[in-house]
Amino acid sequence: MSDILVTTGITRRFGAVVAAEGIDVRVAEGSMVGMIGPNGAGKTTFLNIVTGYIKPAQGTVEFRGRDITGLPPREIASLGLTRSFQIAQLFGTLTVIENVLIALGVATGRAQSWWHPLHDRAAVAEAGELLHRFTLDHLAGQRVDTLPQGARKLLDITLAMVRKPGLLLLDEPTSGVSAEEKFDVFDILVRVLRAEGTTALFIEHDMEMVARYADRVLALADGKVIARGAPKDVLGDAEVRRLVIGVED
Amino acid sequence: MAGRATVVTGVVTVALAIAGAWLPTWALFLLTVALGKGLAVLGLVFLMRAGLVSFGQGLYYAAGAYTVGFLSDRVGIHDIFVAITAAAIVAVALAALVGLLMVQYREIFFAMLSLAFSMILYGLLVKNEAFGSTDGINVAPPAFAGMTLGLPGLRIALYLVVIAICVVVVYAAHRYVLSPLGYLAHAIKDGEVRVEYLGASVRRAVYAKYLVAAGLAGVSGALVSLAVGHIDPEMAYWTTSGEFVFVAVLGGTGGVLAPLLASVVFEVGRSFASAYSPYTWQLTLGVVMLLVILFLPRGLWSLLEVRGLARQR
Repeated sequence: MSDILVTTGITRRFGAVVAAEGIDVRVAEGSMVGMIGPNGAGKTTFLNIVTGYIKPAQGTVEFRGRDITGLPPREIASLGLTRSFQIAQLFGTLTVIENVLIALGVATGRAQSWWHPLHDRAAVAEAGELLHRFTLDHLAGQRVDTLPQGARKLLDITLAMVRKPGLLLLDEPTSGVSAEEKFDVFDILVRVLRAEGTTALFIEHDMEMVARYADRVLALADGKVIARGAPKDVLGDAEVRRLVIGVED
Repeated sequence: MAGRATVVTGVVTVALAIAGAWLPTWALFLLTVALGKGLAVLGLVFLMRAGLVSFGQGLYYAAGAYTVGFLSDRVGIHDIFVAITAAAIVAVALAALVGLLMVQYREIFFAMLSLAFSMILYGLLVKNEAFGSTDGINVAPPAFAGMTLGLPGLRIALYLVVIAICVVVVYAAHRYVLSPLGYLAHAIKDGEVRVEYLGASVRRAVYAKYLVAAGLAGVSGALVSLAVGHIDPEMAYWTTSGEFVFVAVLGGTGGVLAPLLASVVFEVGRSFASAYSPYTWQLTLGVVMLLVILFLPRGLWSLLEVRGLARQR
């Protein structure tokens, strides 16, 4: 299987803090990669670099064989690499369906139109279908800033999925979600990703989630990859257990 | 919703146009100026919907007015339609340049930078004899497609031109706010980062709104200068820009008619306040603003929304 994402020697420092140091990552198309690491390991920095939010001091990012290093987020998104956020980035004063309609408008180029209505019948039907897939259709008319955390997370992912991306990066998709909701959120997510054939890389602190949903795992500490491989191997690695899970063997 | 808005706009337009024949001259003048200024406020509201408050719309308002004054006094062009078009073009061209810097700033920095640019123009106008310095320039009565009119007819004709422009602008603005581009303003206000990650350029969207707001302010300046017959540097002064912000807050950002409604309320209120209490009218306005902020934080338009008469984002 070919690699959809290849990063080579990604390095970034913030003053004296080394956020990423020579990170080499390969993500196979169709896989579900879990990224783990203690706080400050450089996981979010890695996502920010890959998606163009910050530029690396050194290293390259290739997506589908194309060098995307330093491109702005909007260009990377239009190439089919999107992301969700640890703190859901939504349009709080609008309704759930309006959030999706705006995302659809941007994805289809309709957002350039100042004459045709946002609530175009075809667009509303398409947005409704997307919301249905993420089981959010019953919340379509609700203002986003009144949503529970689980729904906010799912909507954040929905917005990232509007473009039918080839690769979706998820920054702690279940952070802030109750223990009961976590598996529901992930089950829905995995079902949609498989249906769309989307590759995913997710950051997660809950090792049970990682063991259950990831095909491959990358462990980071102090800005470096300290282990990579099958979940069983990485989660059983002594250094990972000490640095990431906090268990001394 | 679009159908109802069209009907409401149509009825209001016809009513205002017919009322023009019976209104006393002072009321006709007041409405012409108020609706003309309302266009500048509408442009400001477009920016405010994206979370950007400009304290410098006086820059484009004055640019539009001085374009008309310059054409009239120095070039000898008096045609109202040429003058208004030229005013809009000059304002947008100026905004195209200034906007390149403005789109890089947000919040208080955007507000203060916009104010700074308008004060630069104010300084240039005050110091420049070619533009009449502090005395300003008189603007000759306009011609309407080659026709010159006497005073009563001129007042009504100017009033009808303002009404016609307002109708076109309000209808276009109504379509715009309901469009994806219009909704993008809310999205930018709520979460710029997400907008970029969706694949849209926030700067480009803000730039477009900035140009539209400038164009409307330019047209506004042109209409007011033609109605008043005189222009001076005060049009670029920060108090003029502050007045636009005042009226925008008074009306609220909930509907495209709100800025025009608020502008009429403001101008009528100011006229009566200054007539009946010439030394304390600013105090009256201040109290009104305090009451609006305390009890109607979404502006006068929210009163209509509560009554179910206005449903528009």
